[in-house]
Amino acid sequence: MSVLEARALTYRTEDRPLVEDASFRLEPGELTMLIGPNGSGKSTLLRLALGLLAPDAGEALIDGANVRRLSPTARARKAAYLPQTRPLAWPMPVRDVIALGRFAYGAAPGRLSAEDAAAVERAIAACRLAGFEDRAADTLSGGELARVHLARALAAETPLLVADEPVAALDPRYQHEVAQLFAAAAHAGRAVLTVVHDLTLAARYADRLIWMRDGRIVADGSVAETMTAERLADVFGIDAEIAHSGSRVSLTVTGPAR
Amino acid sequence: MTIRANALLTVALIGAILLALLLGSVPLSPLRVVSALGLQGNPGDILVVWQIRMPRALAAAVVGAALGMSGAALQGLLRNPLAEPGILGVSATAALFATFVLFFGLAGAGPLILPLAAIAGALAATLVVAIAALRTRSAVTLILVGIGLSSFSAALMALLMNLAPNPFTLADMINWTLGTVANRSFADLAYAAPFLAVGFGTLLAARRGLAALALGEEAAEGVGLDLKRQRLAVILGAGLATGAAVSLAGAIGFVGIVAPHLVRPFVGYDPARLLVPSALLGALVLVLADIGVRLLPTDSELRLGVVAALIGAPIFVWIAARGRLVE
Repeated sequence: MSVLEARALTYRTEDRPLVEDASFRLEPGELTMLIGPNGSGKSTLLRLALGLLAPDAGEALIDGANVRRLSPTARARKAAYLPQTRPLAWPMPVRDVIALGRFAYGAAPGRLSAEDAAAVERAIAACRLAGFEDRAADTLSGGELARVHLARALAAETPLLVADEPVAALDPRYQHEVAQLFAAAAHAGRAVLTVVHDLTLAARYADRLIWMRDGRIVADGSVAETMTAERLADVFGIDAEIAHSGSRVSLTVTGPAR
Repeated sequence: MTIRANALLTVALIGAILLALLLGSVPLSPLRVVSALGLQGNPGDILVVWQIRMPRALAAAVVGAALGMSGAALQGLLRNPLAEPGILGVSATAALFATFVLFFGLAGAGPLILPLAAIAGALAATLVVAIAALRTRSAVTLILVGIGLSSFSAALMALLMNLAPNPFTLADMINWTLGTVANRSFADLAYAAPFLAVGFGTLLAARRGLAALALGEEAAEGVGLDLKRQRLAVILGAGLATGAAVSLAGAIGFVGIVAPHLVRPFVGYDPARLLVPSALLGALVLVLADIGVRLLPTDSELRLGVVAALIGAPIFVWIAARGRLVE
């Protein structure tokens, strides 16, 4: 059974569809990246898939159960969600922020069961945050904060991890660090779905790409299968050169499509 | 850290209440106060300690606790350190309903009419805000609804004062707006107690969700928070507690903003662990301020709300100037 199955998800505002007839499946152990130009409906599709937004048509199933019928707690135990990062309301210490990932298990900062505390420690180790535990969140760099948010999501130890632009506005080094952490999380057995804007990063780390344009999924497959010059021109309106070396695909963007 | 802060504040609060029993316009030696507490000795002493000073000190304490905890909870919910019971229009509407009762001379019908009116006002305001909270997902909209409600109540209040039929009614109304715990009885406390208890209980039950909200509303939903239920619980809890507080003391400002700010660093900025120490500090501040009110040798006694604002407003400005207030 797929970890997540989206069936013909559709969501419209009054005048236009934001997501139209979107279907896909996520399998454990795969890092799937959702790419598409601004306004193509990526964030809306994530929220629909997680059941945070009610679709106008279609349904999303997590482990075979319709997400809209799961309680918030039951859903959060199946799927961890990293929305586009917003500043924390209060400068809480790193350990307390990560502890919030255990909320669905009844935990709270300063009130963790042995199991919760162990999960938090594993997440801290996985995101290489040892030594940062007592730092206030507002003293961290962007890259450190991105790792804290990822650790918070990993601490829930869910079979599914969904993230919306987790590497946006990070320096290249941090982008690659965070992307590697996502890849590691996937290869440890999770299904991971993340929106990414940087196409080179997507080509480098994704096991699978889902391409969106105008609210529709226009392609779904491995990087080698789907990353073509025609598709880049069609979806993103850019001219690019694609080079294959072994299983690795690299692209060079030469300019906007003529 | 949190446990130590709570213990320290509890000890300080008990000390302040004892101090409030010792001090007053009638000089009583500590020995006479202690024997009066045990219902021994001079009946006059017993009257002063049990009928005047004790209910007054306890009223100041519960009002401060209600405002402190409501402020902390609303700040956590709205992710805004400027939030307090006043901002949702709850205090203003409660005071308006009380003023309305005074204006039409209904307060004479029974001693409970005035408190009932204040609580009804708080619940009405709470209901309006709760409906808005369920219709919208935006904390900013919620604050704007509160500000609108607050301004409208203030305008109606000004209208009632403007049209006050005689100076006595006007004086009553002003008392209510300024805020005081003078002449409160155990009966007043008993009437407010159930509302306070339900308010405190609701807020404490909802406090874990406040910690999740530190991540932002979207991420809080992601970790498993039921956002609508959380908002409803905090608004009802804060509405009940604030309504009961206004029914006891009238409108008293700044406690709900200042108390949470001062204790926040001592609980690791955790909005959940903030509730209890904010309530304790709010109580401590108002009990001490009320002692000050009684000791100041002024011709007509200062109102507690005035003193609270005189102390609270500069602290508020000081905190704001340090830049911690605005995200």
